[in-house]
Amino acid sequence: MKIVIIGNGMTSYKFCEKMVAKAAPGSVELVVFGEEPRPAYDRVHLSAFFSGKSAQELEMAPADWYAQNDITLHLGDPVQQIDRAQQTVHSHKGITETYDCLVLATGSAAFVPPIPGVDKKGVFIYRTIEDLELMRDYAPKAVTGAVIGGGLLGLEAAKALLDLGLRHTHVIEFAPRLMPRQIDDNGSALLRSKLSSLGLQVHTSMQTTEILGDTSITGLQFADDSTLPADMLVISAGIQPRDELARLCGLETGHRGGIIVNDQLQTTDPNIYAIGECALYNGMIYGLVAPGYEMAEVAASHMLGAHKAFTGFDMSTKLKLIGVDVASFGNPFTPADQCRSIVFEDTLKGIYKRINITPDGQHLLGGILIGDADDYNMLLQTAKNKVVLPPNPEDVLLGARGGKEAGGAGVLGLPDEAIICSCENVSKAAICTAVTDGNETLDAVKKCTKAATCCGGCAPMVKDLITSTMKSQGKYIRNVICEHFSYSRQELYDLVKIKELRSFDAVLDHYGHGEGCEVCKPVVASILASLWNDMILTKGNDTAQDSNDRYLANIQKGGTYSVVPRVPGGEITPRQLMVIAQVAEKYNLYTKITGGQRIDMFGAHVSDLPLIWEELVAAGFESGHAYGKALRTVKSCVGSTWCRFGLHDSVSFAIQIEQRYRGLRAPHKLKSAVSGCIRECAEAQSKDFGIIATEKGWNLYVCGNGGSKPQHALLLAGDVDNDTCIRYIDRFLMFYIKTADPLTRTATWLNKLDGGIEYLRNVVVNDSLGIAAQLETEMQFLVDNYKCEWKEVVDNPELRKRFSHFINAPEEKDPTIKFEHLREQKKAAEWK
Amino acid sequence: MSLSNTATITWFYACKVEDVPANGGVCVKYRDEQIALYHFPRRGEWYATQNLCPHRRQMALSRGMTGTQEGEPKVACPFHKKSFSLLDGRCLSDETECSLSVYPVKIEEDRVYIGITGGGVHAGAMA
Repeated sequence: MKIVIIGNGMTSYKFCEKMVAKAAPGSVELVVFGEEPRPAYDRVHLSAFFSGKSAQELEMAPADWYAQNDITLHLGDPVQQIDRAQQTVHSHKGITETYDCLVLATGSAAFVPPIPGVDKKGVFIYRTIEDLELMRDYAPKAVTGAVIGGGLLGLEAAKALLDLGLRHTHVIEFAPRLMPRQIDDNGSALLRSKLSSLGLQVHTSMQTTEILGDTSITGLQFADDSTLPADMLVISAGIQPRDELARLCGLETGHRGGIIVNDQLQTTDPNIYAIGECALYNGMIYGLVAPGYEMAEVAASHMLGAHKAFTGFDMSTKLKLIGVDVASFGNPFTPADQCRSIVFEDTLKGIYKRINITPDGQHLLGGILIGDADDYNMLLQTAKNKVVLPPNPEDVLLGARGGKEAGGAGVLGLPDEAIICSCENVSKAAICTAVTDGNETLDAVKKCTKAATCCGGCAPMVKDLITSTMKSQGKYIRNVICEHFSYSRQELYDLVKIKELRSFDAVLDHYGHGEGCEVCKPVVASILASLWNDMILTKGNDTAQDSNDRYLANIQKGGTYSVVPRVPGGEITPRQLMVIAQVAEKYNLYTKITGGQRIDMFGAHVSDLPLIWEELVAAGFESGHAYGKALRTVKSCVGSTWCRFGLHDSVSFAIQIEQRYRGLRAPHKLKSAVSGCIRECAEAQSKDFGIIATEKGWNLYVCGNGGSKPQHALLLAGDVDNDTCIRYIDRFLMFYIKTADPLTRTATWLNKLDGGIEYLRNVVVNDSLGIAAQLETEMQFLVDNYKCEWKEVVDNPELRKRFSHFINAPEEKDPTIKFEHLREQKKAAEWK
Repeated sequence: MSLSNTATITWFYACKVEDVPANGGVCVKYRDEQIALYHFPRRGEWYATQNLCPHRRQMALSRGMTGTQEGEPKVACPFHKKSFSLLDGRCLSDETECSLSVYPVKIEEDRVYIGITGGGVHAGAMA
């Protein structure tokens, strides 16, 4: 059988992939005509082109994939005519091919409304990589950008303009709200305020009547007589199915475009199929990729004689728009008299959630999630599979409260036919079967079922299914470190302590197997350091350290390192500043003040590190441990010695604390701060442990975090004196070091700790476990064993030898290292 | 390690056995090129690959952490922890990533030699 496919977009590619997988080898000949010059690419993630992905990286498969699978691919050659009587197609370049089956996967074009001036320079559409290249070339001339269309694609286009560096970008939507097909007015309002904080101005209920300017666009004219200056415009007002070939050869099309198809995706000519955005099924165009893939599946199956039917597709969707989660599922717009709604809105965090349930409270009909769409998959499946809701339906939105069990039955409560991966159409049963067949990791299940290989949104559910399936088989799931150690970090910590093991090899001999890996080596090295505080580059343990620990410096782009001396409390003398300045000039280093009140020097060759540190150590500096999962800095405000508001001397206390815990290795890095009054200039409540002066002493806060998931620290003890404060910190840190999982910051550790801050306070302050004295002794041992690692290296010729690039040419530097000029300093050459 | 067509291999002296840290790697200069050399003393094995990590084209693999995956020796790049097999150089963490060139290693007394086939090092050449 010979199949000709017209169009080479994502749906066309998926059709070829399905055909290759389904058809017996050699039984089907595939010929593809594509209008664009390159093979099918990922149009869903088009905006990634502006954030650095190349056109090639966006390809669904490289051109040689088609050749390897014996698919003839004609690129840059659109088909111009279909002769149904002869069953032939004729291309622009003069190729004629016969067909047994013809597939129209012609996709859609951008719909451009008939506004006067759309042909002016600076007006673009957003559809192909060529469109993007044109936008990229024009963008440097533009300052203010505008997008007509506030739907899904329009907001993607707006993100593209932001990525292109346009400082002011406006979105103009005709409807009274953004994404009118997916979300409601309240959701739109919240999304709008989030977008405006990111530099996107949104104008709704605006009808554009003219594009202003002589030959190039200068602005927009609206129906209400207002105008908006703009020197670049993207029109993204909807899609227009590409049905012109179908109409030319007499296939039936819809009034507003689209090739009419039946349940098998056949057009009015049974030898011709239409799939993707050009197909009109039951009066509807499906402008998403998942239904396009389903159409490809059904059409391919039908040609090979299998009975499958396309019966419409759920238009639920979840995406991240400019960093904001937006999702809608099921029917988010059920009329108010046919459903009841539960709405949760948190304008502080920027979260809006709405679910519609049946009037009897039994089933979920649909909903909208903005700002936090973590529950999307679960809610979608609950709606699709008519899972009965818990007695308090709000639990599915808010989780169970008041210490009770979770409301929904979770992923296990779904029926076997529930579709977990909607991109690849993989059911719960298929995933569970794969797990029972021995695919017990996410990677194995991905390879076996293709689930979670497209958008990846279902990966957490797939993981849950793997765990629950294995549990139901009686397999014990343990929180183990990796394939080399069948212990949790806490278990291994205790074992290493009891056996008094002091090297990686000894730990591997006693409790592991294999050679170790980049996961377990740093874990063991960290446990050893937390227990004994030996020099981490001791022979045998040096290569177990994580890469940065091994060179006592942070590797940066290009392979050079950065150097951060400790500046306790951020207090530094003019003389010390001069030493840093001299060293940085001598070794040609880029200098920057860090967020932790220290100075970072970048661009050091590995062989210069001992020389640089020799000078720093001689001037009294010590390692800042910026490279380690260790105490970083204790930031301070200037405190009562100078500040007219200061209650206590925060700098002296910060220095005392930083010197006490310097070099302390932990499951993750540790940051601290001391503020001299409630104004909190040191930002102590965003640290792993933070201290704020009160009239009566200090308040001690713990488990705060900045970073990607900021979390405020919680009060552990109030109005304590200096000694008590330090005793509590000793206990807190040792308890964390002993019990946390690898690479878990204190905030995440507390979130997982049963009983939370109350439990922690009981252990640390009330000594409920009776281990407080032991924790303090263990900490004191580590404090007493502290030595500056860099001083030891500088003084030890054997250790110094490790700091060279070439083992057989130690005096030579890596000749591939390149720098570029930047504002009177230098920067690393950009990588590819 | 054995290769069938030893006739075409040129062996060059890299360094002494004691120069390479146990369970770790070093970078060896060969003409204008960089080769990463790894020692697995627990298994009595040596491996060599190009020093260039193909992911972001960084001369870094000799500073990576070595180990095994289901018994197969590997190295993880210090930049983004992409893992590569030391047996055939393929990327273990991303099927679409380029493979490393690998080279045979032989030990004579306390000296380490790396074998170059035919025209020399291909990948890993300097940019």
